[in-house]
Amino acid sequence: MTTTTDFLLAIEDLTVSFDGFKAVDALTMYIDKNELRVIIGPNGAGKTTLLDLICGKTKASSGSIQFKNAEMTKQAEHQIVRAGIGRKFQTPSIYENLTVYQNLEVSYPEGRGVFGSLFFKTTEQVINRVNEVAKEIQLDKFLDTEAAILSHGQKQWLEIGMLLMQDPELLMLDEPVAGMSAKERDETAELLNRICENRAVIVIEHDMEFVKKIARKVTVLHQGKILAEGPMDKVQADEKVIEVYLGH
Amino acid sequence: MNFVYERFLGGKSGALAIGILALLILVILPLALDLFRLNLVGKYLTYAFAAVSLVLLWGYGGILSLGQGIFFGLGGYAMAMFLKLEASDPESTSIQTTPGIPDFMDWNQLYELPWFWVPFESFTFTLIAILVVPAVFAFIIGYSMFKRRVGGVYFAIITQVIAVILTVLIVGQQGYTGGINGITDLRTLNGWDIRTDEAKYLLYFLNAILLLGVIMLGKFILTSKFGQLLLAMKDKEDRVRFSGYDVSNFKIFIFCISAVIAAIGGAMFTLQVGFMSPSFVGIVPSIEMVIFAAVGGRMSLIGVVYGTLLVNYGKTAFSETFPELWLFLMGGLFIAVVMFFPNGLAGIWNKYAPKVPFLRPLLAGSKKAESKTEPAKIESEPTTEGAK
Repeated sequence: MTTTTDFLLAIEDLTVSFDGFKAVDALTMYIDKNELRVIIGPNGAGKTTLLDLICGKTKASSGSIQFKNAEMTKQAEHQIVRAGIGRKFQTPSIYENLTVYQNLEVSYPEGRGVFGSLFFKTTEQVINRVNEVAKEIQLDKFLDTEAAILSHGQKQWLEIGMLLMQDPELLMLDEPVAGMSAKERDETAELLNRICENRAVIVIEHDMEFVKKIARKVTVLHQGKILAEGPMDKVQADEKVIEVYLGH
Repeated sequence: MNFVYERFLGGKSGALAIGILALLILVILPLALDLFRLNLVGKYLTYAFAAVSLVLLWGYGGILSLGQGIFFGLGGYAMAMFLKLEASDPESTSIQTTPGIPDFMDWNQLYELPWFWVPFESFTFTLIAILVVPAVFAFIIGYSMFKRRVGGVYFAIITQVIAVILTVLIVGQQGYTGGINGITDLRTLNGWDIRTDEAKYLLYFLNAILLLGVIMLGKFILTSKFGQLLLAMKDKEDRVRFSGYDVSNFKIFIFCISAVIAAIGGAMFTLQVGFMSPSFVGIVPSIEMVIFAAVGGRMSLIGVVYGTLLVNYGKTAFSETFPELWLFLMGGLFIAVVMFFPNGLAGIWNKYAPKVPFLRPLLAGSKKAESKTEPAKIESEPTTEGAK
């Protein structure tokens, strides 16, 4: 069952069924190191469920998920994160009552245990990292702003920033530009292109314009299975894909 | 030194607020009140331990426990067991069938000391038990709840049920626990008579200092990354979990800490009031503790002390004149606070104090040192208590 691969993430024969309904059905897919992969598909195709499975939010019924050749399906959520997988949720999931600075600081991957956090000291290193990330997500002027009053787009960036604080090797983003203005979309595309330089990124997205801006390789999901996989233009020309998704 | 200042006192405004509270309970009240009233305040301040524990657990952790009476009771009973054993020496119980065991055991046809009472003959063991037994109990409850991701209203109900179970157990096992009357007629602590005026003063000050210590411990926790994580968890638990934290461990820990804090209050209650009974364990006291915290401001370690004093002062004043009305009034107060002043007295203070001209210089510059979500001090309200 366990095969050693060169892939960063190897998903093999992954199935999850909810009361008999197979949201993800015998799915096999591989993600390379430093790859940016976009997953598209109609509603209910199983895209978000796939991310849930990878990050441990949903437990697989069968199959395996190997991250750097280590099995992830039996791990607890926080262990998966510590292994190097970060996940952004669909709706911005940030700590509204904390400032931008605090949001980022809390996400710093040290002092993660109960006692570690009690005696955690904000070192120069932490402050530098926060500033660095804040700059990357264009929130360096809002460090003392309470996160609740950020715009929707800024909240999305902040959550991406919180993940960047942990410097994950695999970053998963669930519809990162949903609800963003055209300008924000462009900026997000640039941000993604920058941050995927030394890590793999999986993006779920509906907005085809946005997908074109960032995508190198696209996977089309349909009813829990892979319908097509390949470069954007090839996928767009695929008959089956047009029928179930793009045509509509 | 700076570390202590920032972390245990909470910077300038925090230190100021603690200083004012210390001044009130260590100097002003002892000077202004006669011993009877001061002893009453001492009793109220033991409830304040439970209120402080709820700030950490409920205000910051977002975990509402309707069973803090459990831990208050465990601490109180542990202390009471020790004192009762000391009061039950063979000479003073010589008229019993079995001299040397607590009187209620004798009345209930027990002929020897039950095994779990035996270690409470040691004062050291008792002190450790006051801290460890509630912590272990909270750990068991917390572990079985939080690891299964039981939270919110279910947790509140379960803690309430446990409070009921414990009360029923204590009342039902009269021979082992003293039943509905509790453990009464406590006299000496290692030979030191706790009923004298001098002892009452001393215990009052010990209690007040312990309370200040517990508040500083709370400050230390809340100013750490742990404190920020508590707020983060309250807001977006999943985000914390998917940032690599084992959320349940944090909840278990803060639940255990809050249990220990409430238990210290319980033990001090027994010492100052001279007895312990199931009426401080069950639903009513547990909910009262939540009301103290809500009225004082559940985000303020110091506010809840004033809240506790104020509500209890009201309780004593009203229940002397209108005993039937008090419970309705208390319920109404709780509803009013939740509806109109969700941050309690501390919230009112934080909103209006900066507008009072002569307070402004004191508060200036304090805003930055303090976390935005943590309101602090109120010092004007409790003067009603002092004026009494």
